[in-house]
Amino acid sequence: MRADWSTFWPKVLDATGETVYMVLITLALSTVGGLSVGLALYATRKGGVLPNRAVHAVLGTFINVIRPVPFIIAIVALAPVTRAVVGTMIGTDAAVFPMTVVATFGIARIVESNLLSVEPGVIEAARSMGAGPLRILLTVLVPEALGPLVLGLTFMLVALIDFSAVAGTVGGGGVGNLAMTYGYLRFDTSVMVVTVLVLIALVQSAQFLGNLLSRRILRR
Amino acid sequence: MTAPATPGGPGQPVIELRDVRKEFPGGAMAVDGVSLTVGAGTVFGVVGHSGAGKSTLLRLVNGLEEPTSGSVLVDGQDLSALGERGLRPVRREIGMVFQQFNLFRSRTVLGNVLYPLRLAGLDRAAARARAEETLDFVGLSGHGGRYPEQLSGGQRQRVGIARALTTRPKVLLCDEATSALDPQTTGEVLALLRRVNRELGVTILLITHEMEVVRGLCDRVAVMEEGKVVESGEVYEVFARPRHATTAAFVRSALHSAPCTAPRTGRCWSGCGPATRGGWSPCR
Repeated sequence: MRADWSTFWPKVLDATGETVYMVLITLALSTVGGLSVGLALYATRKGGVLPNRAVHAVLGTFINVIRPVPFIIAIVALAPVTRAVVGTMIGTDAAVFPMTVVATFGIARIVESNLLSVEPGVIEAARSMGAGPLRILLTVLVPEALGPLVLGLTFMLVALIDFSAVAGTVGGGGVGNLAMTYGYLRFDTSVMVVTVLVLIALVQSAQFLGNLLSRRILRR
Repeated sequence: MTAPATPGGPGQPVIELRDVRKEFPGGAMAVDGVSLTVGAGTVFGVVGHSGAGKSTLLRLVNGLEEPTSGSVLVDGQDLSALGERGLRPVRREIGMVFQQFNLFRSRTVLGNVLYPLRLAGLDRAAARARAEETLDFVGLSGHGGRYPEQLSGGQRQRVGIARALTTRPKVLLCDEATSALDPQTTGEVLALLRRVNRELGVTILLITHEMEVVRGLCDRVAVMEEGKVVESGEVYEVFARPRHATTAAFVRSALHSAPCTAPRTGRCWSGCGPATRGGWSPCR
């Protein structure tokens, strides 16, 4: 062991805090964005509540262009945009931007597929009561799909913890950065082990909370 | 060809279909030149096999389907003249009940019944009072806090009926409302629908493939086959003197339980139960 643990532990705490910050901010922003894009995608599909072929095709294509790009490439490719939007390309705030972009389109697909699993009969019932498209989306579809939606968001939350570690390797801060600078560049295996354990603990807690919440919503 | 309008029974006409056609993309003619009138306060049944066009016919009445030609009038108002937005207030005057209940699983019983009231713009307190009152009418007071999956099929359908009725519509559309229920529960739901008609004066248009439902509830009946009304009239008349082979088969199905002793009048086994189908080719 080469690390001085008395100075190292505060670093682990700080890095964990940074990771949690990046992940939660990203989750909040991309949930809003992903829900909007996902609802638009769902509503505009053929036979949807607001069918619009052009909008649907544009959104679908855009998502399919963004999603296959490996995250580490996305960070680099988005760097100029990140600098324009955030003002810098380094640090936790700079990492939030590409994470949010990628997560938004991931969540959009999750939202779309969960909304598609809502029974059409329920939508027909709401239409028969005189509900308009926007109201059906927000007061019928989202509540009816909320249980699986929360599980989908939990899946994305876990992916974001992974993303944040990747962002750390290219100057994003957080646990990933710690693992990179102390564990990898200084060949300190014990630091690597600690950071991996921290990441596992974060993922476990996220999944636990997500499961708990969705079970409560689904009442089972 | 314009079929002669089916007289709708007593009262002012509430629903009028004038030579309505509905063709789906791909050329399937679900409804083929149907004219019928449903008078105020009537219980009107449309009976037919699956695929006869009944469901489409029902959905034309609240604008969930748009006719390819012909016109649909509800309370004298031509639905085709209204856009999707213009249809919304009309739909609030027409309740709809479904075979699979289509309740909101994310909402409690009370939440389900509140939904159309909030949609109609009632404030929270007024909506709640009205919803409680409606739940009481369908015999579910005290069940407001439960969720649909905690109810039996018959209770779920009563929630469906309460949800459809709570805005006090003039018309109730029933899409095979009892087809997912066992005979005992079917009886209870039919009794409730009868009260809806007699006590609240709601005009009911229902579709079913069960002639027992027609016999137990309806004043008038129309028999549909391949998108057309092949026979219609007072239920009593139709039962006493069916003129069309399909009608005769349906009447037999209501009058006789298995074994089916009726002579072979059609080309298929539509009139008899599954056990007596041997040797007959099924109806499409």
